[in-house]
Amino acid sequence: MSGFDTYRRRFMGGVLGVGVTAALPAGVLFWQTAEGDVEDGPPASGKVRWGMLVDTTKCGTGCDACVRGCDQENGLSGNTSPTSPQWIRKVQVTNPRTDYSFSLPMMCQHCEEPPCVDVCPTGASFRRADGIVLVDRHLCIGCRYCMMACPYKARSFIHHPVTDQLPEVPRGIGCVEACSFCVQRIDAGKRTTACQDACNAEGHQAIYFGDLKDPNSEISQRLASYGSQEVLSSLNLHTGVRYQGI
Amino acid sequence: MHVVYRELEGRSKGYWALLLGLGAVLLLGLFAAHTMEERGHIITGMTNQIVWGMPHVFAVFLIVAASGALNVASIASVFGKAAYKPLAPLSGLVAIALLAGGLTVLMLDLGRPDRLLVAATVYNFKSVFAWNVFLYTGFFAFVVIYLWTMMERKMNPYTKVAGFAAFIWRLVLTTGTGSIFGFLVARTAYDSALLAPMFIIFSFAYGLAVFNLVLMAAYRGSGRPLGDRILFRLGKLLAVFVGASFYFVLVYHLTNLYFTKNHGFERFILLDGGIYPLLFWGGQIVVGYLIPLLLIFAPATRNSRTALAAASILVILGAFAQMYVTIIGGQAYPLPLFPGMEVSSTFYDGVVHPYTPSGWEIMLGLGGVALALAIVVFGLKILRFLPESLGDEHVDAQHQAA
Repeated sequence: MSGFDTYRRRFMGGVLGVGVTAALPAGVLFWQTAEGDVEDGPPASGKVRWGMLVDTTKCGTGCDACVRGCDQENGLSGNTSPTSPQWIRKVQVTNPRTDYSFSLPMMCQHCEEPPCVDVCPTGASFRRADGIVLVDRHLCIGCRYCMMACPYKARSFIHHPVTDQLPEVPRGIGCVEACSFCVQRIDAGKRTTACQDACNAEGHQAIYFGDLKDPNSEISQRLASYGSQEVLSSLNLHTGVRYQGI
Repeated sequence: MHVVYRELEGRSKGYWALLLGLGAVLLLGLFAAHTMEERGHIITGMTNQIVWGMPHVFAVFLIVAASGALNVASIASVFGKAAYKPLAPLSGLVAIALLAGGLTVLMLDLGRPDRLLVAATVYNFKSVFAWNVFLYTGFFAFVVIYLWTMMERKMNPYTKVAGFAAFIWRLVLTTGTGSIFGFLVARTAYDSALLAPMFIIFSFAYGLAVFNLVLMAAYRGSGRPLGDRILFRLGKLLAVFVGASFYFVLVYHLTNLYFTKNHGFERFILLDGGIYPLLFWGGQIVVGYLIPLLLIFAPATRNSRTALAAASILVILGAFAQMYVTIIGGQAYPLPLFPGMEVSSTFYDGVVHPYTPSGWEIMLGLGGVALALAIVVFGLKILRFLPESLGDEHVDAQHQAA
């Protein structure tokens, strides 16, 4: 046998060995992953589109009741360090030329065409039939591409182990999360969000939540009667959250 | 004249010391990744504002350089320049190695690296990232086939076809890498179709700079002859790519400067953004473009190998500065939530986001570099990538035979 053939056989044998060694653990992982089985509830309906209207003229500057309400409902700590998750935040907006200033709550805008859903490699970011944009905690690999893509900076990455989750709001290290329109309430048949309840309890009544597809809902009636706007409306994302007075 | 390829002997103390050294850095990188997974990204400098940090600077550099490293082979197979033909196998090896290093860093930085299987089995085909999963795996496959057609004599007739396929694929791949940023409508720094061709031209320069250094080190280390002629040809080529990169960067910033809405961002990157203007002007432009061009063309240094090696190192340093400015600087500048208005919040709206990379991130990034280099060093020992001689007489003969 020529030297070249011996060399080649040795090489092919080596490649095969490396290939098998690399494939074995992957095969075992596949087998383990296939074991899981979860029962789903009834699917979300496309006959509704959940939306929110914020009347910034009623929103109190310095008031953060909505933020606290959200934190409590979803089991967030309320910390505001650069690595802490914040699903909703109060933004103070000031026109530097006129000094006109107002404040508003900013959260996931539940876009009809969400950039976060577009860029997510695994489809973990998804939009339900009823318009709620969510992160599937089982599919999120923590690449943070959605955070790069979101024009509203609405998403947070979990930087450390989480131990105090609420049963209805699964959260965990290494995944991305954001406002879910209190999906656990919606799916339990409630029709208000925690931020809205907190705002009402404070007496501001600045937040309306409801079905945008139902012409008789309070939110639809208000949207039909008063001018409202989407933040960064030029992006044409058709957000589920609209603002009055911006 | 036939080119004779031979493995590195790889028995010297120097060889094993090099491999051991690289292995040690790689282990440190793996340790960093493990610690990041145990304790979370809290131990990095990354935040909810700067979501991609130092690992991405390393990873994107390595991935971009990978496709560029294949260029030398493409020039031989696709553009028929015979002088480059003996370098083609090495070019393929360096390309594969750099891509493996870059992808490893990218994957180990994930929040859930344990879910790699999810990334490999569940796809959203509208995602540029998902496209890239296919582009990267395809690149490995194309380059391996290309190497096979070059190294297996019976397959030689297919080298041109395989080389052409790999060349097209690498252009698509870097288009994909540039588009990871280019397709982000939300951020002023990105949101531009220019990023895809700009990344391609960056890749030509970065990949060739790495290739030059590997080539010089391999020939010096193994004591094989490496002639001036081929080396300074590569040097001139590097200068062309560096010049083209400079042009793209110029057009990118001029376009932004023309649009009033982007003035704030340009001011930040070019003038008063602290570390970013410093890295842009000092790192990317002076170290990465101007000094290398000077070293390659100035009469005093244009015939010096040391100067060429220095120019290649500087191009790589400039590349890191560019990646830092593009990736970190692009995020540090606040999102324009309400254009023209001043905004403030507990989530750091409207303010420049600070970022200090942690040691863990740098360890992970260097681990990827070490992995890439270790693959090259080990690859040269087990397979016949390197011609026995690249002396001027061999290169000339090769050129005339074509």
